[in-house]
Amino acid sequence: MFIGAIGCEPLQLARVQLERSESLETYQKHGGYESLRKVLGGMSPDDVIGELKKSALRGRGGAGFPTGMKWSFVPKDSPKPKYVVCNADESEPGTFKDRYIMERDPHMLIEGMLIAAYALGSKTCYIYTRGEYRYIIEIMDRAIAEARAAGLVGDKILGKDFACEVYTHSGAGAYICGEETALLNSLEGLRGHPRMKPPFPAVAGLYGCPTVVNNVETLTAVPDIIRMGGEAYQKLGTEKSGGTKLWSVSGHVNRPGVYELPMGYADMEKFIMEDCQGIPNGRKLKAVIPGGSSVYIMPASDIEGKKVTMDYEGLVAAGSMVGSGGFIVMDDTVDIFESTKNLTEFYKHESCGWCTPCREGTDWLVKVFKRIARGEGKPDDAQLLLDLCDNIEGKSFCPLGDAASWPIQSAIKKFPEDFRRHLAPLAGGNGHKSLSTL
Amino acid sequence: MSKQFTPNNPLPQEAPVPDEIATFSEAVEAEIDAHLAKYPLKRSAILPLMFIVQRERGYLDKPGVAYLADRLGVRVTDIWEVATFYSMINTEPVGKYHLQVCRTLSCKIVGADKITEHCKSRLGIKPGETSEDGQFSLSEVECLGSCGTAPMMQIGFDYYENLTPEKVDELIEQCRSNQLSNGVR
Ligand SMILES: Cc1cc2nc3c(=O)[nH]c(=O)nc-3n(C[C@H](O)[C@H](O)[C@H](O)COP(=O)(O)O)c2cc1C
Ligand code: SF4
Ligand code: FES
Repeated sequence: MFIGAIGCEPLQLARVQLERSESLETYQKHGGYESLRKVLGGMSPDDVIGELKKSALRGRGGAGFPTGMKWSFVPKDSPKPKYVVCNADESEPGTFKDRYIMERDPHMLIEGMLIAAYALGSKTCYIYTRGEYRYIIEIMDRAIAEARAAGLVGDKILGKDFACEVYTHSGAGAYICGEETALLNSLEGLRGHPRMKPPFPAVAGLYGCPTVVNNVETLTAVPDIIRMGGEAYQKLGTEKSGGTKLWSVSGHVNRPGVYELPMGYADMEKFIMEDCQGIPNGRKLKAVIPGGSSVYIMPASDIEGKKVTMDYEGLVAAGSMVGSGGFIVMDDTVDIFESTKNLTEFYKHESCGWCTPCREGTDWLVKVFKRIARGEGKPDDAQLLLDLCDNIEGKSFCPLGDAASWPIQSAIKKFPEDFRRHLAPLAGGNGHKSLSTL
Repeated sequence: MSKQFTPNNPLPQEAPVPDEIATFSEAVEAEIDAHLAKYPLKRSAILPLMFIVQRERGYLDKPGVAYLADRLGVRVTDIWEVATFYSMINTEPVGKYHLQVCRTLSCKIVGADKITEHCKSRLGIKPGETSEDGQFSLSEVECLGSCGTAPMMQIGFDYYENLTPEKVDELIEQCRSNQLSNGVR
């Protein structure tokens, strides 16, 4: 598997290939903790947030919310303790970048969290890691112990008047705990059901206190932003999508891996065919899900010759989203009906059961998919799937309901023939009225 | 004639037996203390502690649950409520080696089904089952963040990636001769 940067100097992946890259020694030899030193040596919390705003860094967890703005929502005058929580739940199908950052460069995350804690007036950071990543938690725990021994975590950090603790916390197998408010409930020892928003975590989060929840990749961008300055970081990318982005590439490519690309990288076709070394076995590209399972599927015809730029705006214009950057490539052997069924089963399994449209709706969706797959579908079943999606999307308590609907809606729209193939025999040929709308 | 039970003539009840409470070694107690020290509210440590109980007792059994309720100062139902939400918390015994094959899309399109089928035929159990000798359990699980090295599975907490049927054979052979760690930590 490939891990590296294309089209830019590696930033987040600068150290991943070094020997013992996870050690404090290697990290410090390559500039590690210098940004924290710079911050504690004379930047105010507002200066830090100002650089973040200039950097145009957008949250890498999926929603792409501007990080500087999120940090500025934390009420400074609140007498309550404030918390920094790193979202290392990484359960979005197709996404595996956070794992490699933490495995290979854990101190980069600790430094990013400490700078965030300083900017937000927090003394406690938690890293909420998905339970399956036990070996990653062990690596993070060792790194935290190393940093503590070196005076980088705990009291009087770098001899300055700044104290902060960093702890790991393990989830236990629930995709929904990646949703930030469900994550906070889980961290409080409850079932991982999402909370009503507002209030947003920045105002009332962990234990009802102001809390910033950020993805691993977001927090690990912070040391570089401080080191090079927000403006220089932004210039690596585009005006609205600053910096570089990690893409987890899987599926039918000759070289899967974690790719660091500058935001605005052009174009997606070149990325697949050259950087990822094309499709194996001389097959043709059929489809890409570019941002983790929860985004719209893109047919090859929306990619080839279309010069799709890989950033937030570019992907929306091309009919999809950056999401988590989980880039799943499918060749022409894949039946999009089958692939969509697979993802729908995922969402059914992961629906937390809190609200009716998603709990019952995903169950119904899977039932319909299964009966079509068994050859027992009804001619109107594609329309039934769309109707079900319509009753889930925008009507569920949290975005998981939307995430379950979008793959189906886009698959039926972009690959009608793959659904028609399963339904036509049931309709007695292609003439049925519901199939003509496909 | 059957006897009528009314509020004045209630069902005869045995005195409730208090739940048996699990006990742990000093080393494990210290490990638990270290987790509790991370949080301002004890309850936050519920998942880390559940993992410890299930490591020590094989699964989250009733005495283990009673212990957690006592240690965290919550009700027994609070523990069950959380335990039943999370897929990694086992409220039933599982085999010594728990093979968890990823079934989600990136693995699926590069041969996850073949891996699952292979496990099924070699172990003689279906996903969700445990072999009679208690050595193996098989599960199909959702994306484990290993899509770039698919197909893959986890045995306990350990990752095995870029799998082929031959590699699976090797792993199962090593499990059978107890040469492989079961990945429980
Ligand atoms: C169902 C669902 C699952 C999510 N899973 C993750 C996840 O695994 N990791 C993550 O960082 N964000 C995830 N998110 C997004 C978080 O809710 C939140 O937006 C993010 O952690 C904010 O961090 P950021 O601003 O740095 O992106 C998920 C959201 C939803 C609705
Ligand atoms: S949309 Fe689904 S995951 Fe979200 S609260 Fe409702 S049931 Fe839970
Ligand atoms: S889909 Fe199998 S590890 Fe991600």
